[in-house]
Amino acid sequence: MNRINRMFLQIRKRKEAALIPFITTGDPDIATTEALILEMDRQGADLIELGLPFSDPLADGPTIQASSQRALRHNINAKDLFGLVKKVRKKTDIPLVLMGYYNPLLQYGLSAFAKDAATSGLDGTIVPDLPLEEAKGWMAVAKPQGLANILLVAPNTPADRIRKIARATQGFLYYVSVTGITGTRTELPTELSQGLNGIKQLTNKPVAVGFGISKPAQVSMLSAVTDGIIVGSAIIKLIEAHTIKKGNDLKAGPDLVKKVGEFVGELKKATKTGY
Amino acid sequence: MNKSPNNSGHFGLYGGRFVPETLMPAITELDSAYRKARQDAGFKKELNQILKHYVGRPTPLYEAKGLQEAAGHEIRVFLKREDLAHTGAHKINNTIGQVLLAKRMGKTRIIAETGAGQHGVATATAAALMGLKCEVYMGRKDMVRQVMNVFRMELTGAKVIPVLSGTQTLKDAINETIRDWVTNVGDTHYVIGSVVGPHPYPMMVRNFQSVIGRETRRQIRQIAGCLPDVVMACVGGGSNAMGIFYPFIKDQGIRLIGVEAAGKGVETDFHSAPLAVGSPGVLHGAMSYLLQDRWGQIKGAHSLAPGLDYPGVGPEHSVFKDSGRVEYVAVDDEQALEAFRLLSETDGIIPALESAHAVAYLKELAPSLPKGSIVVINLSGRGDKDVATVAELIKERAD
Ligand SMILES: Cc1ncc(COP(=O)(O)O)c(C=O)c1O
Repeated sequence: MNRINRMFLQIRKRKEAALIPFITTGDPDIATTEALILEMDRQGADLIELGLPFSDPLADGPTIQASSQRALRHNINAKDLFGLVKKVRKKTDIPLVLMGYYNPLLQYGLSAFAKDAATSGLDGTIVPDLPLEEAKGWMAVAKPQGLANILLVAPNTPADRIRKIARATQGFLYYVSVTGITGTRTELPTELSQGLNGIKQLTNKPVAVGFGISKPAQVSMLSAVTDGIIVGSAIIKLIEAHTIKKGNDLKAGPDLVKKVGEFVGELKKATKTGY
Repeated sequence: MNKSPNNSGHFGLYGGRFVPETLMPAITELDSAYRKARQDAGFKKELNQILKHYVGRPTPLYEAKGLQEAAGHEIRVFLKREDLAHTGAHKINNTIGQVLLAKRMGKTRIIAETGAGQHGVATATAAALMGLKCEVYMGRKDMVRQVMNVFRMELTGAKVIPVLSGTQTLKDAINETIRDWVTNVGDTHYVIGSVVGPHPYPMMVRNFQSVIGRETRRQIRQIAGCLPDVVMACVGGGSNAMGIFYPFIKDQGIRLIGVEAAGKGVETDFHSAPLAVGSPGVLHGAMSYLLQDRWGQIKGAHSLAPGLDYPGVGPEHSVFKDSGRVEYVAVDDEQALEAFRLLSETDGIIPALESAHAVAYLKELAPSLPKGSIVVINLSGRGDKDVATVAELIKERAD
């Protein structure tokens, strides 16, 4: 069984929610990303989303855009990401999912991308600009490699469409908490719990919620109504705050990995208090 | 001819809907609202009334005797005078159509991106006419290059939002507008300014702009008694070109030539010629030719003409490139500048720098044409907005 499915089975048994941090590969550099993966794993992260930086990230707010730009300063590409995953796979069994826009996959060659992603030890992909209708080609080559393609639904997705997407998604269903782009929000929409409950009636697959979640209290509240919670911008802000600018170069500050680890630990604790 | 695009918005290999899920309901709703409006005689009538009495259509087809003489070679050159449409460019044909549609859909807020500012001005104008709130995203670099258009938008009641991300030009203005739309999708309609973006935009903008080609057919028959031999237009996103080409697509004998911006040269990193030297990929919701590196990162574009400064192009142009139905060529900043000055002198018409690209190609084309050939150039806009830029360039060179 694939690592993602196995993880969600355990999470459901333990009656908690999965904590899913998102970081951009190569922000501020590949070595830091490696250290972050291992530290977040130690601090209780259940699955890690690794961003493949893209020049035009349409679904992302300023925080993740800037993070992509920092990574692109040293031309981080898919090969670098695969190399990194291969390396950390020797040290951890945590599910790793690539989150990236479609064009870099397309230019790599879909079959080659699927093969290299799976060989490196990735467990799945999230491609935010590839809705169900356009995803057939990618899913056809990803599936035989054992890669889960995780699809998204939004608060404005009609019920019959949610059913279709839920049927096609693999690993879990990604519920976008807001109609909007990524970025931290002080308040989550009041209808969020209702929305999640609605989704749960339409599918038995695990549902993870993301976009805008930044605080342990939000995580705690949501863990009662969802199988997984994705936190991106809040972690990236922390990375940004602990990155040191040296002339034109960026470098991880001495506390970066530790601080992110502590934050992830806190968030993870909150996933256990929701029930 | 096959139905193009098909129901999922694909033009052969190109087009499609590569957008975040949050936008899917909006573009599906837009698609069905547009299809309904097209069948509705009331919508057509209202649109045509506005185009006639407000925009000033039909725009003239003018035989440019001065330019003709300068080109030599005994050909006839006609200019389709989109520069004379209200607000000074073809962009208004599309914005009137889309804002009218948005109003029917019950949307209360209009957003748009703009490069040269012409599309922004045309959108702000249509929104003012129809009483809708309007916000326009514009790259900071373009706001500096096109100050006059920024003020025009503000005068007509629009808010201009500077885009500071990425290249600070058209590409990133589109990114920001899409992000706004994702966030405010309930009450907001996004008026895209060219035949780009996810389905149904390339089809819908093409259809709104096709009025240019339909009029041209009628007018050239009246004036010259026959159809033209060559039709030329500049290609940024490709809307003025698609608008004039589309009604001639089935006339296989007519050469259609799209002129991209070679900027500082297509062999350099500073141009906007994805059809000439780009490769297929996905940007802004559609598969089409674009400028990218081997890893699929989008490259910055360059053109002296801000409206051509874009690394992508409409998906249907990609189809016409592959099939060979349209020839795509590129002229550089210098050639465009020369044509800008030439047409101003020969016929007293100051063209937009974008349109000057199409005019510039005449010089290369004319020697190869048989005597008596009829060439129609789409003069997509007027050059008032560019006068400051050109004056500065001329001054720089004199110093
Ligand atoms: C006058 C004029 N012509 C042409 C263009 C390029 O757009 P398109 O290729 O969509 O016609 C612009 C864009 O701003 C413009 O202002």
